[in-house]
Amino acid sequence: MSAIEARELTKAFGDFVAVDHIGFSVEAGEIFGFLGANGAGKTTAMRMLCGLLAPSSGSGSVAGFDIETQSEKVKARIGYMSQKFSLYEDLKVWENIRLYAGVYGVPERDIGPKSDALLADLGLQSERECFVGALPLGWKQKLAFSVAIVHEPKIVFLDEPTGGVDPATRRRFWEQIYGAADRGITVFVTTHYMDEAEYCNRVSIMVDGRIRAMDTPRALKARFGAPSMEEVFHDLARGAERAGD
Amino acid sequence: MKAVAMVEARGLKRRYGEVEALAGIDFGVEPGEVFGLIGPDGAGKTTLVRILATLLLPDEGSAWVDGLDVAAAAAAIRSRVGYVPGRFSLYQDLSVEENLKFFATLFGTTVEENYSLVADIYGRLEPFKRRKAGALSGGMKQKLALCCALIHRPKVLFLDEPTTGVDPVSRKEFWEMLGELKDEGITVIVSTPYMDEAGRCDRIALIQGGRFLDVDAPAAIVGRYSKELYAVRGERMSAMLADLRAYGKAVSCFAFGESHHVAAEPGALDPGELAAYLAAKGHAGVEVERVPPTIEDCFLDVTAGGASGRAPGASSRGAPRGGRGRKP
Repeated sequence: MSAIEARELTKAFGDFVAVDHIGFSVEAGEIFGFLGANGAGKTTAMRMLCGLLAPSSGSGSVAGFDIETQSEKVKARIGYMSQKFSLYEDLKVWENIRLYAGVYGVPERDIGPKSDALLADLGLQSERECFVGALPLGWKQKLAFSVAIVHEPKIVFLDEPTGGVDPATRRRFWEQIYGAADRGITVFVTTHYMDEAEYCNRVSIMVDGRIRAMDTPRALKARFGAPSMEEVFHDLARGAERAGD
Repeated sequence: MKAVAMVEARGLKRRYGEVEALAGIDFGVEPGEVFGLIGPDGAGKTTLVRILATLLLPDEGSAWVDGLDVAAAAAAIRSRVGYVPGRFSLYQDLSVEENLKFFATLFGTTVEENYSLVADIYGRLEPFKRRKAGALSGGMKQKLALCCALIHRPKVLFLDEPTTGVDPVSRKEFWEMLGELKDEGITVIVSTPYMDEAGRCDRIALIQGGRFLDVDAPAAIVGRYSKELYAVRGERMSAMLADLRAYGKAVSCFAFGESHHVAAEPGALDPGELAAYLAAKGHAGVEVERVPPTIEDCFLDVTAGGASGRAPGASSRGAPRGGRGRKP
């Protein structure tokens, strides 16, 4: 069974078709890069897959549950992280972990040991009592990712998770993503860094609401005769009709 | 003798409580240059731009724009500079053309007087000129902000992260617009977290932790790279990273898209030997190739203290650890 499946998934706002009959399936444990220009429809598609927005037509399933009729079951089985990390800046590090573990339904007795393991993993034991607002951006990012998967979801959705951090931190974050994928968590990620597209097992490129290409980075580069994903992206997206964002 | 600098800073320092945002910045920008401030969030880019645009006073040091002191002549400077902040700051409930007219009037000019400067950019907004600014797409908001910052034909244009969160195609288009402004003789100071945009600038400063790590033409910075760099590929890239980091002759190793970049001291690493080492570790399809560094490699090189690629706990911010507000 696929971890994520979209069939003719469509969302229209009035007569504007934000997402236009997209279809794909993502295998369990896969890192799937969901690329597209601003305004291509990525966020709308992602919101539908997360059970936050009902499709106008078409269907999809995530972790085996229908995104429209079983959206609460979907939400319980996914993690989500965006560039605006949803950590509470005026709560301490341990309080954030405690909060998210509770929200995501981690059993009460597991939360303590789980928090300790998570902090040890991140090397943040001595920051346990720090307010999140005082942490450097890169640490917040690591923490935000860890709390997004604290309940060991089947799938994690990452919406531009690496914006603004320094190059070393950005790369280490991808190592954290690899680690999650190695543990069997399916990763669905959007990014504007085309070098990061290369870290994905497969990528799709969305233009004007439709998926225009989908394959491994290597196969896409071969098909477009392009040396880099940057050029593949330019080839496809420069013809976009929709103005940015 | 060089021409008098259009923008000059000497010993600029600025703190916010315990956080040292700028730790002593010195530089000059010549008339007509496109100067890039390149660094991650929290590096001090916005603070520096705000001081130069007379929106914030430094704690120490001085700066001049077109020969005028930012601390003493803010009003005079403001008529000579354009400023596009990182966050959209136009009037959302005014239309496109009302915003442009408003800013022209504010600066004591008219849209017609300097229209030629913004004609190319504004032309793309013209079909939407009666739309409220708040209802524009991100890309169009950005173009409008640029027009409003240019309508009084400033000598210097400050742009704070104009391309953050913008897709690669729109970023390219935006840089092409900046190139046209340079041709008009406008000095441009632009900040960005995207290292690949460095090549679009005449000169850049790599900034982290409130300090300039290096300032020069991008090619000169690349030329100063202190290591030898190898791109390494194989069939199991994720697993290879750990093996490369364990290799004694590698100073650092980072994933760089389709290959890993391994830095070594000059003359220290033999590519054939490295390939054999990886083969012995069970890696198939190994390719090792000497490659020229990118600006991102240079940034990693000059920040090597906390970023060897071996220390997962290292801080993302170059600021002194005491500055993080760690509780006692």
